Amino acid sequence: MSEHAQAPATMTVSEEVMIQLIDMHKWYGQFHVLKNINLTINKGERIVICGPSGSGKSTLIRCINRLEEHQRGQIIVEGTELTGDLKHIEQIRREVGMVFQHFNLFPHLTVMDNLSLAPIWVRKMPRAEAEEIATKLLERVKIPEQAQKYPGQLSGGQQQRVAIARSLCMNPKVMLFDEPTSALDPEMIKEVLDVMVELAQEGMTMLCVTHEMGFAKTVANRVIFMDEGEIIEENEPEEFFNNPQNERTQLFLSQILQH
Amino acid sequence: MTNETYQPGHHPDLPPPASTVGVLGWMRANLLSSPLNIGLTLLGLYLIYLVVPPILSWAFIDANFSGQTREDCVKEGACWVFIKVWFKQLMYGRYPNTELWRINAAYIIFAISLILLLIPRFPWKGWLGLFLLVVFPLIAYYLFVGDSFGLMGVETPLWGGLFLTLVIAVLGIVASLPLGIVLALGRRSDMPIVRAICVAFIEFWRGVPLITVLFMSSVMFPLFMPEGTYFDKLLRALIGVMLFSAAYMAEVVRGGLQAIPKGQFEAASALGLSYWKSMGLIVMPQALKMVIPGIVNTFIGLFKDTTLVLIIGLFDFLGMAQLAATNPDWLGFAVEGYVFVAFGFWCFCFSMSRYSQNLEKKLHTGF
Repeated sequence: MSEHAQAPATMTVSEEVMIQLIDMHKWYGQFHVLKNINLTINKGERIVICGPSGSGKSTLIRCINRLEEHQRGQIIVEGTELTGDLKHIEQIRREVGMVFQHFNLFPHLTVMDNLSLAPIWVRKMPRAEAEEIATKLLERVKIPEQAQKYPGQLSGGQQQRVAIARSLCMNPKVMLFDEPTSALDPEMIKEVLDVMVELAQEGMTMLCVTHEMGFAKTVANRVIFMDEGEIIEENEPEEFFNNPQNERTQLFLSQILQH
Repeated sequence: MTNETYQPGHHPDLPPPASTVGVLGWMRANLLSSPLNIGLTLLGLYLIYLVVPPILSWAFIDANFSGQTREDCVKEGACWVFIKVWFKQLMYGRYPNTELWRINAAYIIFAISLILLLIPRFPWKGWLGLFLLVVFPLIAYYLFVGDSFGLMGVETPLWGGLFLTLVIAVLGIVASLPLGIVLALGRRSDMPIVRAICVAFIEFWRGVPLITVLFMSSVMFPLFMPEGTYFDKLLRALIGVMLFSAAYMAEVVRGGLQAIPKGQFEAASALGLSYWKSMGLIVMPQALKMVIPGIVNTFIGLFKDTTLVLIIGLFDFLGMAQLAATNPDWLGFAVEGYVFVAFGFWCFCFSMSRYSQNLEKKLHTGF
């Protein structure tokens, strides 16, 4: 397991509630994917969600920006409830950034255009200002020299860093990460995780589905374990890894920590 | 050849063997790689010898170029005098001689705009595109139809030849792409009524032959219209061609939409882009780029299908050639007419094809 910069003690969690899920359920046809999800996330929290594949962890975070629709219960992001109302959905999506497993960069646009597109078209920002912000963010993810290239010319790790920068361009209040390192070659995982660690240190509220337990240990303030659509266990990382309560958590941890 | 040995990790990049590169290498690989291929190469050369010289002598060496009547065609080859005498009709139909400048003026405006558009560094591309799509059709309409601004009116039955072919083809092509895009999006819509309407439209127009569409537009359509209303025959044919080609285009575009990964839609949504913005900025540019070959295929098909307007009594390029060949003074020169028309069509279709290949290369971004 790779070692990351130790998270400083300054990563504080505020009392302000950012996201609230109340008795949330979701079905795919007859299949009950998410069952009775209750979760409150405060501003500045870094939450890692783990669990076996098919446990509903990706679906859960995709519900938070309405890439998936929930059928029962409430999801409240920054005081706005997610319903079918397009206005609310678009408002929430502006505030919630998302990074995908397969990057999903726009292949027909340069890196610079990938970054500046949403600020220009969604936030109505002048192009020059958007590109200035984009340049700064590319520096922050340490690839300023790639601005005029197309995504297809970059390595996987660089593409994922562009994707993170693209989300940050919208100046989101929350970042959702859906297995951001699962599609990467091993030598590229670290460069992406380093960017994420820095982001956490700057106080970003983060929800991260990942199997990188090293990342969970150093960065997360809470780890959530899901299985079969339910939150089985939820704890601080130290307790979670050293002293798991539920036997399904114990089984999962023993399987992924074996090697 | 020296067989040197190198320390592990110190092997330099060597040039490839001489026999695999250059003209010789190409010939070895492509023409003479096996006994069968040597035989086929020789057979090919023999076929070229059989076919090409007679064609050259018919079309050029033994051909007749000068003169005004069929009596001037004394040599054995093609009688291009026929084309020369009928050239005006082949190009403009029965459009009045004194008014031909109007058509030529429109051609020139169109050609200049198109050339400027193809210059990569031309700065006002957007405005020029807008001019071509909005202002030019109006100019062309008033030039062609006349009857205003002091221009003499020219009725559409007088239109013909290559001019008519281009009017139908360009309008069909320009209208079919946006209509096709809307229909393709509609067919993939979540709204059941929109989807049903688009599916019904596409399946109806794709299911009937173009000849039927043209017949219906010229024969049946007037029967349904209230007494006294009159729709120009050319206009009816034009609308028929547009809707017909839009249905084909819709399916081509849908093919492209199908090939866009779901992640692209999701990434666009996650950034807060609305449906129309994510379609216009993210999905459509990629989908259209992917189906350029299909789009151009449809364009070329449409361009050639315009010849079918002959059956409703409109004399396009091909129709005019056929008409000329049945003129009692010029019987027996149909071949020259067909060859000329074929060459004309080929020039237009081939340039479309080359342009599309060029576009594909330019839009390739490494994915």
